[in-house]
Amino acid sequence: MTAASIPLDDTVAYDLGLVDRIPPGEGQTFLVAGREIAVFRARGTDAVHATQARCPHKAGLLADGIVGDGKVICPLHANKFDLATGTPLGNACHALTTYRAEVTGERRVLLWLAPAHRWSGEA
Amino acid sequence: MMQADSEMFAGPDRQRLVVIGNGMVGARFVEELIARGGNDRYDIVMFGDEPTGNYNRILLSGILAGSHDVEDTYINPLEWYDDNGITLHAGVRVTAVDRDAKLVRGHTGLLEPYDVLVFATGSSPFVPPLKGLSSHGTEMKEGLFAFRTLEDCDRMIGFVPKAKRAAVIGGGLLGLEAARGLLERGLEVHVVHLRSHLMEMQLDSPAGHLLKATLEGMGVNVHLDKQTSEVLGEHRVEGLAFSDGTTLACEMVVVSAGIRPNVALAIDCGLMVERGIVVTDELRCPGDASVFAIGECAQHRGQLYGLVAPLWEQAKVLADRLAGHIPDAMYTGSRVSTKLKVMGIDLAVMGDQEPADENDEVVTYSEPARGIYKKLIVRDGRLGGAILLGDASAAPVLLQAFDRGTELPDNRAELLFQLASGESATSIADMPSSAQICNCNGVTKGALVAAVDAGHCTLKSLCDATRAGTGCGACKAQVQQVLELAAGDRLQTDPSVHYYVPGVALSKADLVAAVRERGLRSVSSVFRALADGREDAGSKAGLASLLRTIWGKEYEDERDARFINDRVHANVQKDGTFSVIPRIFGGVTTAAELRRIADVAQKYAVPMVKITGGQRIDLVGVKKEQLPDMWRELGMPSGHAYTKSFRTCKTCLGSEFCRYGVGDSTTLGVQIERRYQGLETPAKLKLATAGCPRNCSEATTKDVGAVAIEGGKWEVYVGGAAGAHVRKGDVLVVVDSHEAVLTYMGRFMQYYREHAKYLERTYDFVPRIGIETLRSILVDDAEGICARLDAEMDAAVGAYFDPWQEAIAPVHPSQFADALEPVGVGAAS
Repeated sequence: MTAASIPLDDTVAYDLGLVDRIPPGEGQTFLVAGREIAVFRARGTDAVHATQARCPHKAGLLADGIVGDGKVICPLHANKFDLATGTPLGNACHALTTYRAEVTGERRVLLWLAPAHRWSGEA
Repeated sequence: MMQADSEMFAGPDRQRLVVIGNGMVGARFVEELIARGGNDRYDIVMFGDEPTGNYNRILLSGILAGSHDVEDTYINPLEWYDDNGITLHAGVRVTAVDRDAKLVRGHTGLLEPYDVLVFATGSSPFVPPLKGLSSHGTEMKEGLFAFRTLEDCDRMIGFVPKAKRAAVIGGGLLGLEAARGLLERGLEVHVVHLRSHLMEMQLDSPAGHLLKATLEGMGVNVHLDKQTSEVLGEHRVEGLAFSDGTTLACEMVVVSAGIRPNVALAIDCGLMVERGIVVTDELRCPGDASVFAIGECAQHRGQLYGLVAPLWEQAKVLADRLAGHIPDAMYTGSRVSTKLKVMGIDLAVMGDQEPADENDEVVTYSEPARGIYKKLIVRDGRLGGAILLGDASAAPVLLQAFDRGTELPDNRAELLFQLASGESATSIADMPSSAQICNCNGVTKGALVAAVDAGHCTLKSLCDATRAGTGCGACKAQVQQVLELAAGDRLQTDPSVHYYVPGVALSKADLVAAVRERGLRSVSSVFRALADGREDAGSKAGLASLLRTIWGKEYEDERDARFINDRVHANVQKDGTFSVIPRIFGGVTTAAELRRIADVAQKYAVPMVKITGGQRIDLVGVKKEQLPDMWRELGMPSGHAYTKSFRTCKTCLGSEFCRYGVGDSTTLGVQIERRYQGLETPAKLKLATAGCPRNCSEATTKDVGAVAIEGGKWEVYVGGAAGAHVRKGDVLVVVDSHEAVLTYMGRFMQYYREHAKYLERTYDFVPRIGIETLRSILVDDAEGICARLDAEMDAAVGAYFDPWQEAIAPVHPSQFADALEPVGVGAAS
């Protein structure tokens, strides 16, 4: 839903550095090609998810939210979202735009400004 | 995930579940069991005395009155049993149970083996031993009836044309229902009651007499204090004779003198039976692991239940347990309340009918001309019982207050009437769909009703679906009312309301016990040990708070379990910036401190500098990455304005300068704040001290407050509030020194830390526990725990450190990073 000012290019991978830049079980906001992206690191597994940085409701910074079980709770009004799909959970927000993100064998986080998952339903 | 079997269900084999009784409770239980996948686990066999499927006994009086058809009352027709793979032996009476061989025998000789046996044998009408009940060997004389089953009902209806005048023995609920039915069918009806007022199980004497007057107005003749001694008539009923020597001629008699649990079968097979079949909280019969009992036949903690709601609760608990769904489900008793119609008259009753002692407040309203009577028993500010007769419009609000034990408004009239003005008294039922219920999230009544219709029939599910009640929470009671109104019979209670946090299915007490026993020192270890490893995001902060309180310095901190405020020690604002509030002890500062604050505010171009209500200075609109530098330059400790902890102690000028002051409130306030700063608590604590009863610092409406009174004494208040909720605190104790104020405040705060639910403010906690109870524990030391509480508080206070020291040593390089940049770009795909 977010109109991208820069066209999404799924051939360019951004190296966000070692996964340790993100505290375990937390999120961190990154500024990637002029775009704010929230990247979340699961406690224990190091698996990462990337979504738009701000909550569709009132633009709360999702990276400051509490994460658990593949979900994030926005710090401002506690709206909850599924990190893998961006689906709003128990609220009437728009879905989050999600991005492809992976951790390499060297524990580096790679991010593509391309959707991780096409979420087709409506809230 | 929930497949963890208890030893009872070990092994792959299906089990045979036999239910004795196909009444409302037996059938409800089987329904609940099937809904939980019980068919996968059990072959289900049911015995029912009556030859039909099961029916709603509550509607029998409707059939008698002609307002309902028999079909209306069927809950499950015979096909339902077939469709669900249930073997129903309809019309087969069970004559014996052999618990050694695990066999049930029917009166036809039929034998059914069982692995699990459930008694749901219900109750039977009690027929007092009158003379002349039977004639010539028949069980009951012609014209004499009990009123319990569909068959009784049919026979009565068949007999009505042969009668002109009927007498009903028993002026309880069922008797009056029978009277109503017969009245509707055109008979002259006399109710004969042994006691001095009608429905003495539910009503007090004034209500009973008012009801009598109303019924007499409808044409029913009521005879009180009347003991029946004999049923007259040779072959058929010709009248009744009473112990006072009088008689009443009539052709028809209905006996409705109460019910007795059906326990003969249970006694015969050696189960423990007192008034009913004794069951444990597991609804199990003591001494036999495979036999259970529910419903009117069961006696739980000495109590027999006859109303439908508690019985359905039992059915549900047993289904949870036997389906393996919640293998440790417990039934812990029910608070009895009911809402019904007696002969078309609204009646709601709950709890006690009479005050327990002189401390109970009794509020009554009586309007005999309209047959209206209302009575409340108020105990410790909460509802101990109520009777609403003739007008039950206030029942939803009262039932809710009763069930939850919430505090009642000071204006009791609000509870009894729908006042013409005053928002809180407006009836939810009368509100239009467009009325906004949740003002935080803009949720209307219509939106709530639509969500209920879409299947959200618990408060939690409804709030999750609509976001109503998830803001400040003040509307939750109204959301509950809409839910009750819209859901009707579909209303469900959510077991998670008793959990400390939603993601771990344990109450606070059970959770604390498990945490201590298993040495769980981190939030992730709690999830691993007690929640199948599911890290529920919404539970993390609550668990962190609890673990810190339990373990103190031994707590293993995991920063991801903290809300953002607690990760960066500042309060997040709507635009993602933060606020910085340094501690100013007791609101007393110096020119040098003020100058440093001003310098920092100027240097970092802080958008707003604000004097707070807690007597300190707020620097608002600060970027995350500026926080550590500002803290360093301020050189003042954190004011903890962002977290669930002791916040601040507001003071008035006190005796040092004020010409009215009788106590030194500033010195005391500074002492309090120095000692308790940063103390972690289940919800925030705002304190104040006032130097005289003029209360300029509003100490009586703080979570904890101290007010100086004449004679060098201090009143210590607890449980006050002046936010979304306004409440004057209760006086915990009156003492005569600063030291004693500090001790009692600390003791109360430690007790609150140990016993409050997460986010439960003191204004809910204090009324929930009760000020009398708190006084006896914290002042009179009734539980002998005061010394321990004081020691725990000393340890907690001793563990204090200033979180703003993380400015010097951040816990993670990204702790205060706003946004990071990528380190490189590639064309990999």
